[in-house]
Amino acid sequence: MPIDFSRRGVLKAGAAAGVLAASGLPVRAQAKRGGRLRVGLSGANSSDSWDARTHSDIFMQASGHGAVFDNLTEVAADGSLVGELAESWEATPDAKVWTFNLRRGVTFHNGKAFGADDVIESMQLHVAEGSKSAAKPIIAAVQEMKKLGDYQVQFTLDSGNADFAYLMSDYHLLIYPAGQIEEAIANGIGTGLYRAQTFEPGVRMVATRVDDHYKDGQAGWFDELEFIAINDNTARMNALLTGQVDAISRVDFKTESLLRASPTVQIQEVTGNQHFTFPMLTNVAPFDDVNVRKALKYAINRQEMVDKILLGHGRVANDTPIGPANQYFADDLEQLSYDPDRAKFHLKEAGLDSLDIDLSASEAAFQGAVDAAQLYQASAKAAGININVVQEPADGYWSNVWLKKPWCACYWSGRATEDWMFSSAYEEGVPWNDTQWGREDSDRFQNLLLEARAELDSDKRREMYTEMQQILRDDGGVVIPMFANWVQAVNNKVQTPETIGNLWQMDNARMAERWWFA
Amino acid sequence: MQSVARIIAQRLGLGLVTLFFVSVIIFAAVNMLPGDFAQAILGQGATPEAVEAIRRDLGLDKPPITRYFDWLGGVLQGDFGTSFAAANFRSFTGAETGSGLGSVAAQVAPRFENTLFLAGVTAAIAVPFSLILGVLAALFRNSIFDRAANIGTLTSISSPEFFLAYILILFLAVLNPMLPSLSNIYADMSFGERLERTLLPALTLTLVVTAHMMRMTRAAIINLLASPYIEMARLKGISPLRVIVKHALPNALAPIINVIALNLAYLITGVVVVEVVFVYPGIGQLFVDSVKIRDIPVVQACCLIFAAAYILLNLLADILSILSNPRLRHPK
Repeated sequence: MPIDFSRRGVLKAGAAAGVLAASGLPVRAQAKRGGRLRVGLSGANSSDSWDARTHSDIFMQASGHGAVFDNLTEVAADGSLVGELAESWEATPDAKVWTFNLRRGVTFHNGKAFGADDVIESMQLHVAEGSKSAAKPIIAAVQEMKKLGDYQVQFTLDSGNADFAYLMSDYHLLIYPAGQIEEAIANGIGTGLYRAQTFEPGVRMVATRVDDHYKDGQAGWFDELEFIAINDNTARMNALLTGQVDAISRVDFKTESLLRASPTVQIQEVTGNQHFTFPMLTNVAPFDDVNVRKALKYAINRQEMVDKILLGHGRVANDTPIGPANQYFADDLEQLSYDPDRAKFHLKEAGLDSLDIDLSASEAAFQGAVDAAQLYQASAKAAGININVVQEPADGYWSNVWLKKPWCACYWSGRATEDWMFSSAYEEGVPWNDTQWGREDSDRFQNLLLEARAELDSDKRREMYTEMQQILRDDGGVVIPMFANWVQAVNNKVQTPETIGNLWQMDNARMAERWWFA
Repeated sequence: MQSVARIIAQRLGLGLVTLFFVSVIIFAAVNMLPGDFAQAILGQGATPEAVEAIRRDLGLDKPPITRYFDWLGGVLQGDFGTSFAAANFRSFTGAETGSGLGSVAAQVAPRFENTLFLAGVTAAIAVPFSLILGVLAALFRNSIFDRAANIGTLTSISSPEFFLAYILILFLAVLNPMLPSLSNIYADMSFGERLERTLLPALTLTLVVTAHMMRMTRAAIINLLASPYIEMARLKGISPLRVIVKHALPNALAPIINVIALNLAYLITGVVVVEVVFVYPGIGQLFVDSVKIRDIPVVQACCLIFAAAYILLNLLADILSILSNPRLRHPK
């Protein structure tokens, strides 16, 4: 897939985090050590490496920040933020200066002791000359990194960011040993629970549990890990059914019911922030007219899309990218519904009787995107909107169609925090603003974005983010019909905690730390 | 024997010329692929400056003719270049070793080895199997056995490979767990373990290639059975099996060898679907991966290997046919 998965930033699970369809999941039992966990993972490439700046999909997420390396902070399965290599942190009231107190007595797999230098040097990787890191904007916003002591670092930001500690849990921001980063990237030397033994890019990764680790007793129950790259859906399912792996990522929705029928397999399904979108360029006619956009919002049958495209594995969305795994998800906002009359009304407001437009779609945007576009075409017809579905080649979709064609299909994995999501795709002038959403569309939205970023008061932030979601729902340049669930499967031997993380597939890619064998 | 040596030298020379033309075609075709590596690797982050920087780093901004001769020069010295993924990686870390990806040769070699192993195992099963089946079908031609063998092999060759693979997985891995459905083999595996893991894909491929070889064996033999010398042998009173194996088969070898060579070449170049189904780390998957990210040096190296495999195997088939048939050694 040519897509840059880096947009799949780590999401932050809020109160809504939890396990859907938890039937059959074991209740919390006493975790115990032992065994070799074999996992069949998708998203592996022969160009994979231990350089976290290039990580983009579940295979390297799980191998990197889920097993061999650590971050400063970690998002727990219930969505709360806990320390990983940082023990605690504090911010000044304007959220501009952040101080992290680091864990003592931690060593890298090669014996080097962990300290403040490692943090600073690892972060600098992302802003190094020519770096193409997806986490570059996070670190580029840091004005100064200061070592206050061997176990204390201070980050001074350009402007306040209340979510900075959350951002430190991003899977790109792994901590490498200072002065040995090249070697660490070549051989996979981190501070994680598992020591890399074999790594064949695009084929497999084998790791063994380190003997003595600061997470002892809380995580890391397996003696050995084997991650096997199985990009083919059917092969992954077969491997689980024939007992050659203990868990698999990304269960195909179409065959999920067959897998569910097997007595030895359990399906895990969580709703996260992954969402499928139809962005329109708001600076191109006819999408520059807010009434046209409104008409399109009422001309789509969202529930039908969830039923037919996701086969029920998801939930309807409300034209905002803030999902159930976000802290300030506005669940009580009135849901947009399919209403052809209302769509017609808005079309009239725009001075039109009917509308003929092209919608570009390809399977590269998301699985079923072309079908979704055709469903949209059918439902919009009743409102006098004639959508011409243009099927684009999957190859080069992200360079030739997305951001270029006035209206197309797209997907986002969502972000850990509201601000991160908005500033990736809805802030005026950012490169991935796929709706060209700016001040001339909504001055209020852009002002709120800046204000909420520096605000530490949670109630005020909730208010602001709710208003922003409302603005996007009513006037925004994007139709977001649905959030798609993460669906994965394990066999009977594997035990998991009651709550499975929903930021990422596979328990936030940390199954090697959190799960155990019965 | 001198004439044989001359023929071999002649064929090798012709093979080299063919390979040269193929290299031109490969290079042109690969460079005509829409999109480029910089855009593929940057995905949504492909700003014009970033694309320009990568293209410059990789030398993609040079004219195609220069690039072709640079590449050809390297290949002639056994250097297939550096994969774009590795080169790109180095340019942004400054590390020489970082990516774990070395030169193209280092990336392709282990995969090619695996592919040869799979092709070898398949050939070891399929070639004797189809020869014996072909001889038996010729011996008992038009009998129930002949028809059953024909229908069976034709059915298996007519089904898509992935379908055969899933059928075998269903019967040999899911319902009767005898063989593993995952064939991921590693360098540090013992030979026995490797063989066990490779068996299911090898059986699938056997089903795919048997029909062709078996039917050619049968047809070539039956063709000869009308010859006067076979009638002579029969009149001598020797058994039908002996007539076929001793008298007909040696003269039928040339076309059979050709078909075998063609199928062996297919086993090296055309098994990507089977590799994907069984997660077998062969060269086919690497090839497809590389096409996806437009890693041109790897794609070119793979194409060249595929072309060379075809040329070499056909050469071998020619030589063996000539050796098996003295008439071909002395063209009039």
